[in-house]
Amino acid sequence: MNRFEFIETSVTNGTGVIELNRPRQLNSLRRQMVTEIVQALEAFDRDEEVRVIVLAGKGRAFSAGADIDEMEKDDPIRLELLNQFAEWDKISLIKKPIIGAVQGFVFGGGFELALSCDILIAADGTEFSFPEVSLGVMPGAGGTQRLTKLVGRTKALEWLWTGERIPAVAAKEHGIINKIVAPELLMEETLKLAARIAKQPPLSVRLIKDSVNKAVDYPLYEGMQYERKNFYLLFASQDQKEGMNAFVEKRKPNFEGK
Amino acid sequence: MFETIRYNVENGVAWLYLNRPDKLNSFTAQMLREVKDAVKNASKDDEVRCIVITGEGRGFCAGQDLSEIEPNTDYGDMIRKHYAPVIKQIKACEKPIVAAVNGVAAGAGFSLALACDFRLLSEKASFVNAFVHIGLIPDSGNIYFLTQLVGQAKAAELAILGEKIPAGKAEELGLANRVIQAETFTDEVNEFASRLANMPTKAIGLIKRSLKAASTLSFEDYLEFEAQGQRTAALTVDHQEGINAFLEKRTPVFTGK
Repeated sequence: MNRFEFIETSVTNGTGVIELNRPRQLNSLRRQMVTEIVQALEAFDRDEEVRVIVLAGKGRAFSAGADIDEMEKDDPIRLELLNQFAEWDKISLIKKPIIGAVQGFVFGGGFELALSCDILIAADGTEFSFPEVSLGVMPGAGGTQRLTKLVGRTKALEWLWTGERIPAVAAKEHGIINKIVAPELLMEETLKLAARIAKQPPLSVRLIKDSVNKAVDYPLYEGMQYERKNFYLLFASQDQKEGMNAFVEKRKPNFEGK
Repeated sequence: MFETIRYNVENGVAWLYLNRPDKLNSFTAQMLREVKDAVKNASKDDEVRCIVITGEGRGFCAGQDLSEIEPNTDYGDMIRKHYAPVIKQIKACEKPIVAAVNGVAAGAGFSLALACDFRLLSEKASFVNAFVHIGLIPDSGNIYFLTQLVGQAKAAELAILGEKIPAGKAEELGLANRVIQAETFTDEVNEFASRLANMPTKAIGLIKRSLKAASTLSFEDYLEFEAQGQRTAALTVDHQEGINAFLEKRTPVFTGK
């Protein structure tokens, strides 16, 4: 499925990998590139071979942000008509787990893309930042919302107002990333985690993501009801029967995603 | 390209000479910037496998050039803008860095030496934690490094009393890896640097990473860090060379890759 200009995709052992491929521009995001990322995500989401999706960037930076040249001349009406962020909204609809593997600079739109992932693994030395404020604008693809939900209002305001770089260690402390790994092993460690999740029963993985996402947006009571329905739903799956039988029979389960 | 330092690369060793001998190589904003840039260059240069910082003339570095200080100088900002970046650059470097302390290293000059991985002292060299004598505190990471090197009690003594530490005493305290006779100083520094430059550079970098991690991570986290470090080391050409040389009963030739 390599019909893309700005990204590369591949599938190995149940993991679909999407790599941003403009390393010389530090993977700065063009609109076409975001469209391609979304297309690849949607294709993997429907691909039965793929159980987990990894999003990474080639070269020394995950992504240094949006391509400024592309938007410098924009006006509000053009932006409204272009409706570019509708593409970003589609990322939230992906049902399979998305693991982001980030290194170097994760700035602006690149940071927003990273925050659109479910889990983030960062190479030691990675720096995150929302520098939009220094250009007289602000994040527009979910940055103020996702960061705030992750780290709380106080820290989010500080980082968004100053544009200060957030070192990986601070990002981990504040729950932005899951772990920091040796830069040389970023892909290896990410693929290991992907393989581990890919071994889990896909329907459970899927409905866990669905429920956890509701926890972020729903009041607790509504979220609990939602969780319950998903819990019940899994009892309609073969994997639930396989999982529980295997447990009783003291053997390893073989999950098929059905 | 540099005015206050001299920088050249020879046989895998980057030599960085602080070069304001008439001022005992005291730091100016420009010199700090140049040291930072030179260390950055050396870190990126694949040819470089060891860095030596030393001083031209009779001193190593006398610390801040006080004539550059103005009545309204904000010392906090001076550290943030000029000193901290140099020390950070040195600590971020994954190649071995040797301070070849040829003469007196006072104030931030002492701190600079402390930030390096090795300190080779000429018998004529000395350290002076001079800050307290002008009513200031040791900066540029000085106390951070001292507490790691000599412990709280000795660090307190060195920082508060600010007494001159002659080379021999520095060695006793563990602040000097070696004290070398003045006549053979250059040769021995050369030899030491060249030895480092022929070692498995990547492994040294990973050891440096581990040394840093050892003082910040929990034991559990450290063991995971170590596992990743060993995995990374095992992927190097030098590891393969080391194994092959061992099996073939010959001396390994490491290339730093």
